[in-house]
Amino acid sequence: MVCDVCKTNPATVFLTQIVEGKMQKVNLCESCSKEKGVTDPLSFALVDLLPGLGAEEEMEKGGTLQRCPACGFTQADFKKTGRLGCPVCYDTFAEGLGGLLKAMHRRTSHSGKVPARLKRSIEMGVRMNQLKRDLDKAVSEENYETAAQLRDQLRELEQAK
Amino acid sequence: MKIESLFSSGGEWARNDGPHHQIVISSRVRLARNLRGHPFPGWAKKNDRLQILELIKPQVESLPEMGDALSSYLQELSALEKQVLVERHLISREHAAKGAGSAVVVNKKQTLSIMINEEDHLRMQVLRPGLQLRNAFKAIDKVDSTLEAKLDYAFHPQLGYLTACPTNVGTGMRASAMVHLPGLVLSEQINQVIQAINKIGLAVRGLYGEGTEAMGNLFQISNQITLGEPEDDIIAQLNKVIEKIIENEENARHILLQKKPGTLMDNIGRGFGILFHAYAMTSKEALNLLSFLKLGVDLSFFPPECQQDIDDLFIVTQPAHLQSNATQQKLSPEERDALRAQIIREKLKQFPNPNTGKVVLPKPPTNETHHE
Repeated sequence: MVCDVCKTNPATVFLTQIVEGKMQKVNLCESCSKEKGVTDPLSFALVDLLPGLGAEEEMEKGGTLQRCPACGFTQADFKKTGRLGCPVCYDTFAEGLGGLLKAMHRRTSHSGKVPARLKRSIEMGVRMNQLKRDLDKAVSEENYETAAQLRDQLRELEQAK
Repeated sequence: MKIESLFSSGGEWARNDGPHHQIVISSRVRLARNLRGHPFPGWAKKNDRLQILELIKPQVESLPEMGDALSSYLQELSALEKQVLVERHLISREHAAKGAGSAVVVNKKQTLSIMINEEDHLRMQVLRPGLQLRNAFKAIDKVDSTLEAKLDYAFHPQLGYLTACPTNVGTGMRASAMVHLPGLVLSEQINQVIQAINKIGLAVRGLYGEGTEAMGNLFQISNQITLGEPEDDIIAQLNKVIEKIIENEENARHILLQKKPGTLMDNIGRGFGILFHAYAMTSKEALNLLSFLKLGVDLSFFPPECQQDIDDLFIVTQPAHLQSNATQQKLSPEERDALRAQIIREKLKQFPNPNTGKVVLPKPPTNETHHE
């Protein structure tokens, strides 16, 4: 068995930790384990190890769609390169990428700069989603007066689009 | 602008005058962007890449920041010219390996460089001397805002800017500072510091980025996470960490001076002695020894005017810089080592011997009292 980090030396340190309720295993060689500070268990957490360890497994879990309709990219290609084929791949492989992105970044949605051109439509999308959720809630609570108001607001937004 | 005129002057970012310049060599912020409806460069066919390149290049060249810039297709550059750009941190090693279908645009001051069709359609970076992450971000953000009005970026409402590698998705931003930490290395605290930095989600790398060795006690510290945190927060956190590292390094130097002045002077003295008398010098050895000379200037063993000479030597002793200044066609490694040693000896002739008699202790950064 080779080391998960350097992929060259034989693994001699085998580590198991529970991270967010999931068991994580990592095999390391002598020098990588020292470098990562594994010898001091208090200061070491598996999640801090190079993000992307186990990326392939995460990707395989997601979706059955084998090929990106926009660019023809497949999961096997991702395994080889660790890169995606085109922007649409993010939707094609969304299911598998979800876990992967969470492991890498610990978050799954963007916050920060938005292209000015898209700002309005994105903000409107967020607002409409919120209204739709409120509307569903109002309907399920049989609160029809509020529901009617929300429906009108939604229509207005849709027309303004 | 011709590449020769770019090479004839050093980059403004390498001028040693930024804030905290003794410890922070430079600050860099880069953004990754892609165009909607086109495959990423690594997956695109050659024709796609050429088409993308012709869409992007004119827009980049017409940026107000790019007046009198160097703009070149990668196939127009020789292997040597590409390597010089790598040694100046203006293109990545990956980009240097590219040929037709990729390009680079660098402004005259060598503070802004834009790679087209590297791993992403656009990789743009701003470099600044010293600790200036906020300024660097402001500058690159402005460039990005100008370009987004003209180019249709791939942006996902939930995931943000889409990039070829999922490690960059979100802001597409990587901010980094190059720090010189001989004090922490000599006092054997560096591994502890690196582990602490890793633990808060920042990455520590060697001189030329990903997968490179730390030489000359130089380290690059950068954010790892790009998704879910706004740019300003990432910059602020990194800035805070770098300030803390500066404090640690200053402390380490102070304690070394107090507790182990012999070791310190020995390293600086040997560094000077070997550099001054060697007739064959590899680039790795040169970097490691120059690091001690740089420390020597910081600790007033050498007069402050030696600083620029040492910083220049860091750059001109790199392999491609040596070759491009050589009169001979293709230097063998042995010839390069000999030429490197000669250039260093010439430069150090103007240096006085290290003055350890009137060592001025740097002011301790904290008010804590030391018990002897």
